[in-house]
Amino acid sequence: MLIALLVMSALALLLGAVLGFSAIKFRVEGNPLVDKIDAVLPQTQCGQCGYPGCKPYATAIAAGEADINCCPPGGEEGIRKLADLLGVEFKPFGADTAGPKPKSVAFIDESTCIGCTLCIQACPVDAIVGAAKQMHTIVAAECTGCELCVPPCPVDCISMAVIADNISTWKWQYPVFPLRAVPAASQTTANI
Amino acid sequence: MRTLYHFHGGVHPPTHKSQSVQTPIAQAGLPTRLLVPLHQHVGNSAKPSVQVGERVLKGQIFGMPEGSVSSAVHAPTSGIISAIDMQVVAHPSGLPDLCVTLIPDGRDEWIKREPLDYRSVSPGDLRQLLRFAGVVGLGGAVFPSDLKLRGGKHKITTLVINGAECEPYITCDDMLMRERADEIVRGAEMMRYILAADEVLIGIEDNKPEAIAAMRAAVIANRLASMEIVPVPTIYPGGGAKQLIRVLTGIEVAAGVRSTDMGVQCFNVATAYSAYRAIAHGEPLISRIVTVTGNVQRPQNFEVLIGMPVHELVALAQPGSDTNGHIMGGPMMGVTLPSDRVTVTKATNCIIESSPALFPPPRQPLPCIRCTRCAEVCPAELQPQELYWFARARDFGKAQEYHLFDCIECGACSYVCPSSIPLVQYYRFAKSEIWANEREKEAANLARERHEYRELRIERDKQEKAEKLAQKEIAALAAKAAAPAAQPPAQTAPAQPAVGDPNAGDTAQQMINAAIARAKEQAAAVKAKNTEALTPQQQAEIAEIEARRAKLRAMSHPDAESPQE
Ligand code: SF4
Ligand code: SF4
Ligand code: SF4
Ligand code: SF4
Repeated sequence: MLIALLVMSALALLLGAVLGFSAIKFRVEGNPLVDKIDAVLPQTQCGQCGYPGCKPYATAIAAGEADINCCPPGGEEGIRKLADLLGVEFKPFGADTAGPKPKSVAFIDESTCIGCTLCIQACPVDAIVGAAKQMHTIVAAECTGCELCVPPCPVDCISMAVIADNISTWKWQYPVFPLRAVPAASQTTANI
Repeated sequence: MRTLYHFHGGVHPPTHKSQSVQTPIAQAGLPTRLLVPLHQHVGNSAKPSVQVGERVLKGQIFGMPEGSVSSAVHAPTSGIISAIDMQVVAHPSGLPDLCVTLIPDGRDEWIKREPLDYRSVSPGDLRQLLRFAGVVGLGGAVFPSDLKLRGGKHKITTLVINGAECEPYITCDDMLMRERADEIVRGAEMMRYILAADEVLIGIEDNKPEAIAAMRAAVIANRLASMEIVPVPTIYPGGGAKQLIRVLTGIEVAAGVRSTDMGVQCFNVATAYSAYRAIAHGEPLISRIVTVTGNVQRPQNFEVLIGMPVHELVALAQPGSDTNGHIMGGPMMGVTLPSDRVTVTKATNCIIESSPALFPPPRQPLPCIRCTRCAEVCPAELQPQELYWFARARDFGKAQEYHLFDCIECGACSYVCPSSIPLVQYYRFAKSEIWANEREKEAANLARERHEYRELRIERDKQEKAEKLAQKEIAALAAKAAAPAAQPPAQTAPAQPAVGDPNAGDTAQQMINAAIARAKEQAAAVKAKNTEALTPQQQAEIAEIEARRAKLRAMSHPDAESPQE
């Protein structure tokens, strides 16, 4: 009886020590779930979700404080990805959340720009180049289209331009077919 | 007799080839206007190297290759450049792309051509010449040939030249082999020389006996011992690169593996021909053979300048009045052109004028009955019914697991499907969605990186400011501390001159100066301990600590710091 007790407690101590050791030794830096969620978010860093960037939103989702349907740039596809990742039900955008907009880039009207640098300070990804009292311009390839630079501009010279499809980014459409062949006389086609 | 192998599946659609082989290849002549796209090949678009209003000569470079995967584009005839702008091109999207518009002056004046004997040029130089001659794969893939001739890590033992031309209606390679076999085999021999391959196998489907005979005669006439013309059974898609390699060599090119890793490289016959013209005659790729067929009175093959408008080309074959569309490529893999105003490119092997009689509107698709007939005919040994299911449900991850990217879009599956499901359309849709997702992911990664760096920078700026402030305070404190320390000597000093020195005032002044100097020294000593004079090691350490700090902050206090401040 006593031996059994001793053996058990020795075992418990040993395992406890091993667990404690591995907890220190193999500690994971940061929160892996936050990083996983962050990897799915579009990184527009626009703050439309109510958080000051994608990472904070990811942190909030991971902590269970935020819903998964708050990121308009991610679109429904983004919500679906989050739902998949977290194993929860898909949820459409709430009534108060603006729907996704077409992807766009900021454009500075360079003749109006007074070189105040306010937009540079607003841009979360450093996509604007310029210096005090110099004309500013946008590095289109790096602009995420977050629109954060638009309100601070005192002379309203920043506008958002929708990115048009080009040959290399064009996508084949999802095949769509008429539901039923409508008699030619009616001159209408029913589309899905 | 060579043993031939079989590939999985395949179908036998009606060939419709005999119409367009009745007459020899005709010259399409000079159109009123040539519209040459600068992006006609896989890889980067060529960079325009001419100006609007400039007069160019036939064969002069329009666009320089840009980056490693790219090819040059040339003036198809002499004339004046009237525009360099965005124009709708021969692409299913109907979207515009950068094009050079050339108004021919009718003189057709060549630049200086330099004919070379390839045997006197090194393979490396030949590749470079082909790149600047704009030679790309003319079978439809338009991949720059110079890159395919680079071989790779493995020695190329077999060079396969593809003259199978399995797709219905198309006869441009057939006619080329019948009429210009000599230059094709010389081009093939040149490619063998560049790749240092041991043998050349030219596969031609057995429904082209004239082409086989002409090519055999050319091989004999050129005394090419390592080259063999191999008639292969007629079955669609026997002209697919992987399929032809399988039939000729028995080598199965597995998923995700390149044929060059197995010692085989494959080129189209028209590519071999153009490569030979580029070197032996110094003529860059400015024209190609195009089959014009379908709903036309005189189906025929034409030698067409790149950039010729499709409507001017088909007019030569007299299209029927009930023509309702223009297909580029064959009926199985081709795409519908956005209009007949677009122009012929290096990828245009065939234009089929469609009419309701030839191509009735597709039947209403019915649900998949899982008969697996599609899987039986798939040359890539895929499960088309599963791929369809995943593509339809937009489950792209699963589609990729089922090797969506091994699908060559041959259309054999749609051809046999009893439910008339346009399977290939679903695969194209899924592939382009996956590519778009890939691009978005890259953009997101870039944005994340830049955003994190910015956060880090803001944090560091703050840190530095705080440190500067602290340093100023320390300096002020030190100055205060130094001042009392300097006082006693200053106080005792006047006592000494008071004993007997008349220049007491001067000495006092000196002492004060000395005290100030000492105080300054002390301040400097304090400064030296500060963050300004750090070794690079220390600085790196600080940067590391700051990075960690920024990360922790972002994690623990998500909304403590707004990214735009
Ligand atoms: S709304 Fe979406 S893109 Fe914008 S900051 Fe929030 S998570 Fe990022
Ligand atoms: S340039 Fe403007 S819209 Fe573009 S990322 Fe920066 S702040 Fe956002
Ligand atoms: S052939 Fe058509 S119906 Fe038959 S399994 Fe394939 S997709 Fe389904
Ligand atoms: S289109 Fe793709 S899936 Fe269909 S038969 Fe051809 S290779 Fe197979």
